[in-house]
Amino acid sequence: MTDLVRLTAAETAAVVASGEASAVEVTQAHLDRIGAVDGSVHAYLYVDTEGALRAARAVDDKRAAGVPLGPLAGVPLALKDVLTQAGVPTTCGSRILEGWRPPYDSTVVRKLRESDVVILGKTNMDEFAMGSSTENSAFGVTRNPWDLERIPGGSSGGSSAAVAGFLAPLAIGTDTGGSIRQPAAVTGVVGVKPTYGGVSRYGLVAFSSSLDQAGPLARNVFDAALLHAAIAGHDPHDSTSIDAPVPDVVDAARATDIRGLRVGVVRELNGDGYDAGVRQRFAEAVELFSSLGAEVGEVSCPHFDYAMPAYYLIAPSEASSNLARFDAMRYGLRVGDDGTRSAEEVMAMTRAAGFGAEVKRRIMLGTYALSSGYYDAYYGSAQKVRTLITRDFAAAFEQFDVLISPTTPSTAFRIGERSDDPLKMYLADLDTIPSNLAGNAAMSLPAGLSPDDGLPVGVQIMAPALADDRLYRVGAVLEAALNDRWGHPLIEEAPAL
Amino acid sequence: MTSITRDEVAHLARLSRLALTDDELDQMAGQLDVILGSVARVSEVAADDVPPTSHSVPLTNVFRPDVVAPSLTPEEALECAPAAEEQRFRVPRILDEE
Repeated sequence: MTDLVRLTAAETAAVVASGEASAVEVTQAHLDRIGAVDGSVHAYLYVDTEGALRAARAVDDKRAAGVPLGPLAGVPLALKDVLTQAGVPTTCGSRILEGWRPPYDSTVVRKLRESDVVILGKTNMDEFAMGSSTENSAFGVTRNPWDLERIPGGSSGGSSAAVAGFLAPLAIGTDTGGSIRQPAAVTGVVGVKPTYGGVSRYGLVAFSSSLDQAGPLARNVFDAALLHAAIAGHDPHDSTSIDAPVPDVVDAARATDIRGLRVGVVRELNGDGYDAGVRQRFAEAVELFSSLGAEVGEVSCPHFDYAMPAYYLIAPSEASSNLARFDAMRYGLRVGDDGTRSAEEVMAMTRAAGFGAEVKRRIMLGTYALSSGYYDAYYGSAQKVRTLITRDFAAAFEQFDVLISPTTPSTAFRIGERSDDPLKMYLADLDTIPSNLAGNAAMSLPAGLSPDDGLPVGVQIMAPALADDRLYRVGAVLEAALNDRWGHPLIEEAPAL
Repeated sequence: MTSITRDEVAHLARLSRLALTDDELDQMAGQLDVILGSVARVSEVAADDVPPTSHSVPLTNVFRPDVVAPSLTPEEALECAPAAEEQRFRVPRILDEE
């Protein structure tokens, strides 16, 4: 019998639609695998066994009744624990939300339900999506399926580990500075940050509202496109959601030809500080683009060097405001309410007890950057850098259809290696941050294994806002060429666990 | 840029409603100083003639139609409250006594 957990999402939907396997069988196969191996990976914070089987039975009932099934019907999915799902614990990886069961569905979850996707459970993450390793979760680390001593990236590390470890064919992540693409890169899967405003943020617990964006993780480009199409679209519940048609990403993912496409290699996103193995695999991807008939050239985006400092002012500033809602009054943790303390004292005690070190650091940093006397030098200047980066992209996209770079400067680092050095940790997002600041669409795609350590390397493709389809067109063609070279998809080289 | 003092860090903690311990304040002061030293270079290129960007999508005042829609019942809204009483959130005192 087919190993149901190793199927792609598209194949899974096909076996469910044909009746070769029921949605319940597919779901149970994943639940069994989670039971068998997630003790060592720890991708999931919560497995919703009953809810998943109920959703799967509903798909099987629909099929039995002759109701036409959608392209993702019966396909299991892992949901990052930053998105609300009614009645299911949503912690954002934080003690302050431990035990909270939201009374409503996020728009992403509503759309997944409408697509008959089976949500298996909630995945681990850096607390409030602040981090690049998932080590900042209050509920323990997640391990990279390629090497259990290494990080799965972050903040969507539970989602990337679930997909790479065959614990779900699809996952939802969120990306504020690279939190979908960097975990995808270091676990050898595909991750996409859609255009800002392309996917509704309603029910996505806000970290940095002007940057946060939910998107797909999958084991191949076409599956990612199916999930992207399922969750994207305008939503009146999110005032920053773009009221424009979603580009046809699924059709784009069927592309077989990129001849004549102009591909710009970003000079600033490479060089010193990048692992030799990352540079080698990236250089090979650049050559491959040329051999596929693309017109490859170099482009300079001089202000990208300032993206990281701008990001570490803008994101903490927005976070300091967004996380003010965790006030111990209406939901979540409350500490020290013994009848003698004021609301303000209880609030400060609760936040000190409920937030981890990185969250506290960023709240303090943001509070400082926004304070009178420092606002112009820090937050104000960072907003100007954001303009300059947007202009760099606009100029580059006049010359090129897409831009490319490595997704992150190194392969997966060892657990604990960077946890005491915030600045070193922040380097993981060097290549991904510019697209968040400008609101562009970007994808990370497996580029091979580093010859240094045998771990996955990601190549990043960036497209202008609202041109998400270009990512899928380019990604599909590059993926097919790489699979030809390797003789199989890279993920098949992942250890069995 | 001037470096951040421990007193400033203690003040920030109060503004942030974070009851940090002395050890946490010491550690935070050192870390914030290093991080601020690194991010301060944004001012190198932030010239007067560059307009700020707060948001990548230029949107202002997005309204929805003013129609009544279903919302949470008091029971649903209070279900995850740390403390509730008479269909309200019960909170610690918010004013000084006397």
